[in-house]
Amino acid sequence: MVQTTFEEISAADFFYRNRDIAGFTNPSRAIFAAVRELVENSLDAAESLKMPPNIYVRLSFEGEAGKESQIYRLRVEDNGIGVPPRHIPSAFGQVLFGSKYKLKQQRGTFGLGGKMAILYGQITTHQPACIISSTGSSKVYMYKLMIDIQRNRPLILDRKVRINKEQWRGTIVEFCLEGDYFRAMPKILEYFKQTAMVNPYANLTFVDPKGRLYKFTSVTKEMPDPPKETLPHPYGVDVELLQRLIQVTPYKNMLEFLRYHFHRVGEITARKFLEFSSISLSKNPKRLSHGEIVRLMRMLKRFREFLPPDAGCLSPVGEELLRVGILKELKPEFVAVHQRKPSTYAGHPFIIEVGIAYGGEIPKKGSFLIYRFANRIPLLYDEASDVSVKVINSMNWRRYKVTPDMPIAVSVHICSTKVPYKTVGKEFIADRPEVKREVANGLREVARRLQRFLTRREHVDRERKRLGIFSKYLPKIARFSAQLAGKEKQPDIKKLLRSVKKFAA
Amino acid sequence: MPRRRYKSSIIERRKEVLTGLENLGVRIYEQLDRGYFPSIEMPSRSTENIYYDPQVRQFILGDKRVRRSARNIRHIRPFTQLVWTAFFSHELASQRKTSTLRDVYYSAQAYEMSFKDQQESNNIITDLETVLGSSREDFNIFPEERSAVFGDLTIEYTVPGYEGRTLNLTSHPDGVMIGPALTSSEFVKTTADKVIAIEKGGLFTRFIEENVHKKFSAILVLTAGQAPRATRHFVRRLNRELNLPVYIFTDGDPWGMHIAMVMISGSANAAHLRELATPDAKWSGVWATDIVNYKLPTDPLDEVDVKRLYELQRDPRYKDPLWQREIKMFLKIRRKAEQEAFSRYGLTYIVDKYLPAKLEETK
Repeated sequence: MVQTTFEEISAADFFYRNRDIAGFTNPSRAIFAAVRELVENSLDAAESLKMPPNIYVRLSFEGEAGKESQIYRLRVEDNGIGVPPRHIPSAFGQVLFGSKYKLKQQRGTFGLGGKMAILYGQITTHQPACIISSTGSSKVYMYKLMIDIQRNRPLILDRKVRINKEQWRGTIVEFCLEGDYFRAMPKILEYFKQTAMVNPYANLTFVDPKGRLYKFTSVTKEMPDPPKETLPHPYGVDVELLQRLIQVTPYKNMLEFLRYHFHRVGEITARKFLEFSSISLSKNPKRLSHGEIVRLMRMLKRFREFLPPDAGCLSPVGEELLRVGILKELKPEFVAVHQRKPSTYAGHPFIIEVGIAYGGEIPKKGSFLIYRFANRIPLLYDEASDVSVKVINSMNWRRYKVTPDMPIAVSVHICSTKVPYKTVGKEFIADRPEVKREVANGLREVARRLQRFLTRREHVDRERKRLGIFSKYLPKIARFSAQLAGKEKQPDIKKLLRSVKKFAA
Repeated sequence: MPRRRYKSSIIERRKEVLTGLENLGVRIYEQLDRGYFPSIEMPSRSTENIYYDPQVRQFILGDKRVRRSARNIRHIRPFTQLVWTAFFSHELASQRKTSTLRDVYYSAQAYEMSFKDQQESNNIITDLETVLGSSREDFNIFPEERSAVFGDLTIEYTVPGYEGRTLNLTSHPDGVMIGPALTSSEFVKTTADKVIAIEKGGLFTRFIEENVHKKFSAILVLTAGQAPRATRHFVRRLNRELNLPVYIFTDGDPWGMHIAMVMISGSANAAHLRELATPDAKWSGVWATDIVNYKLPTDPLDEVDVKRLYELQRDPRYKDPLWQREIKMFLKIRRKAEQEAFSRYGLTYIVDKYLPAKLEETK
């Protein structure tokens, strides 16, 4: 008989054993993921204050680690909201602790990105992480800590407090990790560039291990409104969420439970729904059996009278900022951006924003450059599987006078309280029909505008050429005919040239 | 200085051309000066507008006319080129300098007038010919091809540096090249009573060696294949100004026939021009019937020869019974013979026997 041992493992242990799912697959991917996670936390930290983010990232070489990897020290500084001192150890030393458990458009989703990076650093280098943070109060706190992987607890090695004379606010994270920077370099640089594209109000500075400085300067002070927290929409709930809500609810009957815990459910809708699903108004939600919870979930999805989710909680980039970002990073000759009206899939609101850029510094590659973003972060891997790419490839571009050999860059941004990623790696968007339709309609709109631009430019070109021809040849006709006719004075052709111009205008 | 015996056309023609060019300049100048886009009208040279005129016995252009306007974006470039070419020709003609087609192509670049290629500049020159109704040789633009003349004819040069100098065309045993200087010279005197045009250089030399010019009182002209326009015009002048009958000897095949026909009736390409054809000239051989009668050594006709014969059969210039008969005979015997074929009877046979017989036959 085979003996099996069951043991409970901590969350930190779980991620330690399964670091692949968080993107730390190999040394090159790991260093990219670490930079990305920390930068995104910093962006969120600044934006929650409506402050234009100012982020400084430095990677320095510490020593060789293996054949294909080295030890690097990663330092990320931001001007964000800062972490209150009592939360610092847990926020950076305890996996699955964090502020990202409400429904809100967020860059990360699991609340483990930053910690995963630190955990990965600790696993590969056995060195503590150093966190310095201040909320702008009179003190700055510095912690040196490690993660007790088996117990998922922070181990504080050192703690210092100093007076915050310059009233600094923000967070600095510094730790060592193993990685392969030179393999990851193109992706990291691309990541910064694209991040700058959808965050044109952010200042990003990156110093790489060779000491090269990459600076992405903000071009605007405008920022999108920060996303608001929202309640879950009934169409989007699952049993797990229901159970969690039941656990924490202070309400003693179903009517109030529905009214106060769900998005777009008011008194009337709640009553109608309870009648529709034959659940008593006064039933205490805490008394629901497991079977009843499952049934409740099914009925919630079946009830047709819930209003669709309100997209007010979403924070798209906005047409103006997207245009500015594309102009800043791609320097095209022409750009058209379009924001679709909010739409929903499975109870989750989402907004699609698309941009098309033409010419200028965009290279001719024989195919379009495609930039994909989700909740204002660039998606760099698995391009071929992404819904936007599928839509772009299936579109009949010739209708818009567009051919693949043109210098064209297409950007697609989806923002949602729940981005429909297809995998945990969060690198590409699944082809949900609702999302697909919105992407397609958005692209058609900007493609039409590009077509108008191309047609107009063609027209202007033709006119310019025409004028050029007249002003090249008419003087010659005048000169030769005057000589042929034996005239001293050349005929006056100004009037003719003017008439050509008038005609062309 | 010998007294001129013949009415010359040279001075008159040159004057005509110069005034024609100047008038063209004035016309364009005035249109421009009045604030109009200048335009030029000329007969269309498209194939639908080329007709055979039995009266003048050559191809002529019909009534269809085309307008080249500087208003039109597609016309303005060729229009400018045309004006430049007119200007350049006027310079050439008034300074009495000559130029070749190739020369014109390169000269244009000095005036920042670019021609895409030689073909484009040739076309523009043809346009100018059409507008003025005179051929490019009249405004001193000559093709590269050269042919020759030999015989007792004294000419007087009109080219700068040679004005008034005379030359007897027997003075050089290889013949005298029919170039710009000869083309523009005056005829002074001759003892000849006929012109014999020959397709091939070898036979031309043989005729000189055998004193054909003396024996037959003939001026010999080498066409060197298809006769250049300068040569055609020269032969016409011999015919018109000196009243000499013209006999043409070519190879006995459709291509030889056509060399003769172009000298007699002109080509479709030159339908916009007069004074190139010599309608009274005779094709004296080698005929298909000669091949049979003189039992000449022959080659079989190949496919293109036969195809060409059928084309000629339908050509309006060939409607005369003699030509139709010879075409039919070629098609019947399916053979062709070169002029040199007579050598099978000895080198002088062609001069002693064939030539007198044919001259008599086609008189």
